[in-house]
Amino acid sequence: MANWNTPEDLKYLKSDEWIRIVGEVGTIGVSDYAQDQLNDVVFVELPEVGKALKKGDVLGVIESVKAASDLLMPVSGEVIEVNTSLKSRPDQVNADPFGSGWIAKVRITGDADNPDLMDAAAYAAYCQTR
Amino acid sequence: MTETIYDKSVPGRVGVVLPKVDVPTSDLPGDLLRDNLDLPEVSELQVVRHFTNLSGLNHAIDKGFYPLGSCTMKYNPKINEDAARLPGFAQLHPLSDDDGSQGALALMHTLQGWLAEIAGFKGASLVPAAGAQGELAGILMIRAYHADRGDSRRTKILVPNSAHGTNPATVSMAGLSVVELPSDENGDVDLIALRAACDDTVAGMMITVPSTLGVFEEHILDVIEAVHGCGGLMYMDGANMNALLGIVKPGELGFDVMHYNLHKTFSTPHGGGGPGCGAVAVGEKLTPFLPGPIAVIAEEAEHEDDAPLYALRMPAKSIGRLKAFQGNFGMHVRAYAYIRTYGAAGLREVSRHAVLNANYVRSRLRGVYTMPYDRICAHEFVTEGRFEGVESVHALDISKRLMDFGIHPPTNYFPLIVHEALLIEPTETEDKATLDAFVDVMLQIASEAKENPTLLTEAPHVTPVGRLDEVRAAKELVLCCRPLPDWAHTQAGD
Amino acid sequence: MSYIPHTDVERQQMLAAIGVTTIEDLFEAVPARFRFPELDLPEGMSELEVSAEMQALAEANDHGGDFAIFRGAGAYHHYTPAAVGHLLLRGEFLTAYTPYQPEMSQGTLQAIFEYQTMISQMTGMDAANASHYDGATSLAEAVTVALEASRRARKKIILSYGIHPHYRAVVRTYHQWNGLTITGDDAERDYEALAALIDKDTALVAVAYPDFFGRVRDFRALAEKVHAAGALLCVVANPMALAIFKSPGQLGADMVVGDGQALGIPLSYGGPYVGFFSTKLAQVRRIAGRIVGETVDKTGKKAYVMTLRPREQDIRRERATSNICTNQGLMALAATIYMSLMGKQGLTQAAKLCYHKAHYAAARIAALEGYSVAAGEPFFHEFVVKCPKPVAEINAALYDAGMIGGYDLGKDYPALQDHMLLCVTEMNSKDEIDTLVHALEEAAS
Repeated sequence: MANWNTPEDLKYLKSDEWIRIVGEVGTIGVSDYAQDQLNDVVFVELPEVGKALKKGDVLGVIESVKAASDLLMPVSGEVIEVNTSLKSRPDQVNADPFGSGWIAKVRITGDADNPDLMDAAAYAAYCQTR
Repeated sequence: MTETIYDKSVPGRVGVVLPKVDVPTSDLPGDLLRDNLDLPEVSELQVVRHFTNLSGLNHAIDKGFYPLGSCTMKYNPKINEDAARLPGFAQLHPLSDDDGSQGALALMHTLQGWLAEIAGFKGASLVPAAGAQGELAGILMIRAYHADRGDSRRTKILVPNSAHGTNPATVSMAGLSVVELPSDENGDVDLIALRAACDDTVAGMMITVPSTLGVFEEHILDVIEAVHGCGGLMYMDGANMNALLGIVKPGELGFDVMHYNLHKTFSTPHGGGGPGCGAVAVGEKLTPFLPGPIAVIAEEAEHEDDAPLYALRMPAKSIGRLKAFQGNFGMHVRAYAYIRTYGAAGLREVSRHAVLNANYVRSRLRGVYTMPYDRICAHEFVTEGRFEGVESVHALDISKRLMDFGIHPPTNYFPLIVHEALLIEPTETEDKATLDAFVDVMLQIASEAKENPTLLTEAPHVTPVGRLDEVRAAKELVLCCRPLPDWAHTQAGD
Repeated sequence: MSYIPHTDVERQQMLAAIGVTTIEDLFEAVPARFRFPELDLPEGMSELEVSAEMQALAEANDHGGDFAIFRGAGAYHHYTPAAVGHLLLRGEFLTAYTPYQPEMSQGTLQAIFEYQTMISQMTGMDAANASHYDGATSLAEAVTVALEASRRARKKIILSYGIHPHYRAVVRTYHQWNGLTITGDDAERDYEALAALIDKDTALVAVAYPDFFGRVRDFRALAEKVHAAGALLCVVANPMALAIFKSPGQLGADMVVGDGQALGIPLSYGGPYVGFFSTKLAQVRRIAGRIVGETVDKTGKKAYVMTLRPREQDIRRERATSNICTNQGLMALAATIYMSLMGKQGLTQAAKLCYHKAHYAAARIAALEGYSVAAGEPFFHEFVVKCPKPVAEINAALYDAGMIGGYDLGKDYPALQDHMLLCVTEMNSKDEIDTLVHALEEAAS
């Protein structure tokens, strides 16, 4: 059975996005499990900076040769920065999903609590069931 | 053979000479004139050789066996091609007056009638250009029907999880939502889940018969009853109609609407990906909503031996136009010639032999290949492209290895609910010797998988190119072989 | 007549291998009371008889083999070099499927790649797809692309009155449940008036070039206004006209669509044709349908493959933006072969012949008593003629003189009763045009 990296300091959605919350800023990406399932990522459609999105809205799209997956917002917030280096190097999502493969930063508006967010242990256990 | 036609271009060379201008010339509007047209400059012989050589890189029905499941790659009769090229059809303007197109209208009217009759329906429209457009027409008609009755609560379409991807995509295009239904262990729709989903928000259900797994749904009448019971309409995806000609009429089973693929069932050539025709047939309820225009009788003939006067009309409550003009008429001509050739008895033989051939191949592969639904099949069947103890070999590898024997692979990885699916459809036009040769190759590949799996995982070995770097294609996006002129790069904006 | 090869002996052998006695045994899963219905169809026929029947049906039509055609309105009678038809009949192209298996489909794939290149060059766009069903559905798909570009935030689509009426109807059919406002085509407007309709909710503005009435209008100023509002501009183009007129890309279009029928595809009573679809790079990943890209095989050899597939219906299912699977492969191939044969000089020459002959005809008809020709704007090979009598009467007279006359505009545009849209191509000789002018003159009196 495969083992996927699930850093402790992050929260996860069942749809495989992660978020790192520091103060009012959340950094969002996709998990090691997700990049493994997708295979070689060939394109990431990034959101516009300044765009206000609600929890569950589509933040962007991540494409491999085999699939195109929507990226969902784990929280409500306004996009303040996007990882433009993914335009030329989308493979960073595969190589370093929790580091240089981050996708967007948002300023969290309203409640950061989302009951759908799991901690690392719960998410790791969930991945093993799939 | 990787030179493009542009690589063969020589400045100043001319392939075709046209007549000289025989009228006084007029000024051209200077500020709107193009300064460069970057098309190849090649001779006729270069063009003929280039495309002849390209054609040689293809596999095709005319070259060899093509058991591509759900695509019905049967022989495409040559007489149909000749018919479509008759000047009376090929040089007939689409906006001809009805008086001047009575032959074409008679053909369309007759074909509409035949397609309705074959499926047990009341009416048909030949407009949809392909199966996917037929599906859109069908779901738009269902939606229009409910709207016409003032029932706006029905926003859901039920779709089995074994469905073609077009089904759910069609539902979304029509602004409705998809409720996906699970399949039971036989590959049939799970009746308990279906009944639970049936309520007064259901607009209808889309289902393929026989199913995409290549089996006749055992309780299709229960499925139809459940959906009708809650006020929904039944859509039949007719992709697999090659199993049903003269075997059963969907309209008699209770379906309300279906689409045909004339390019599958009625032998119009696939052409490397179209054109097709996705004609739709409907029961009485939906005839006013058909996409138009359709051919109708405007005036009955005065004497029995005379022809009536035909005309094109939009049905009373039509969902509208799906394309310009009246459909892919060239495909209507071919399908007409095909049905005329076989006649009623012959069409039943088509389906009988399509089913015979599929069951024969299935029987011979059983035991070596895993059959997830091990029962009598319709015109196609699904098997698993994997072997116990040989983890490195996948359905894709078996497919690629088949190419080394001059056989086109079956459909792989569809239906999605079968692991490593290989969907095999031999069609009725293949003889026993061809089927036996295919089975022998499949059995040989099964042995190779165990003895020398790299023979499969590295395949194909003898095709013009080997396996491709698809990641590179999607990342680098080289979509044409000529640069755009400078102005394209100096413009402001994106 | 039948294409089923089985002999009785083979049938018996096959049934034995399956383990059943008769073919009927294979259909027991079909509900018995509905099994094996009668089909009320005629009996089968020999090829000889079918051939005769098809011939009779074909000859019951008034076609370009017997009549001079002066009708266009979205479908054009052009000359197609003989080699196009011969190459299209090659079974290797004709009887192949969609090139899902690239190792066995390099012929189709490379031809599509060349088609994409030629369409991109003609339209001045960065990329073209492998085609849609026809020009009308290409426009409907462009609307979807524009909606997606704004992530469905913008809901207004502005269509020009000069876009083919069928195309506008198809856009409305496709998008009837999408909650859109489709506007702009209720009356004739110049581009300044059209631009006045643009607002923050506008996703797309579409115009035709040349338009349905044959006019070639400069849309540069309109493009600037569309872009300033954050919307996209789609241009419906006639590819034959693009041989001599500036590419829409150069004038500021974001997407260029249209029908490729003029490029070597017969009239065939309306189809099959081919819808071309091209776009600037910004929207390339939103293109529906097939698109072919260049890559290499595992040995590094150049090769072609369908790419950008993940957003298609077979993978993304209900989240796909279009359900299109197939393209019009063989028709795109016809256009590719046609453009290769005609080449740079041939296509330009054909377009110029159309232009000069149409202008000659327009000038002569304008001089006829009772007729007037819309003037003042550049046009390509079609023009509007106001007739002294109902168009049906004029066309009846032309018919008697061996001609299919112009399209009756009153059918689609109530304001244009007694107006016909005439089309002149390289197929119409000076003699034919002079005969037309003479017949029109006679018909007026």
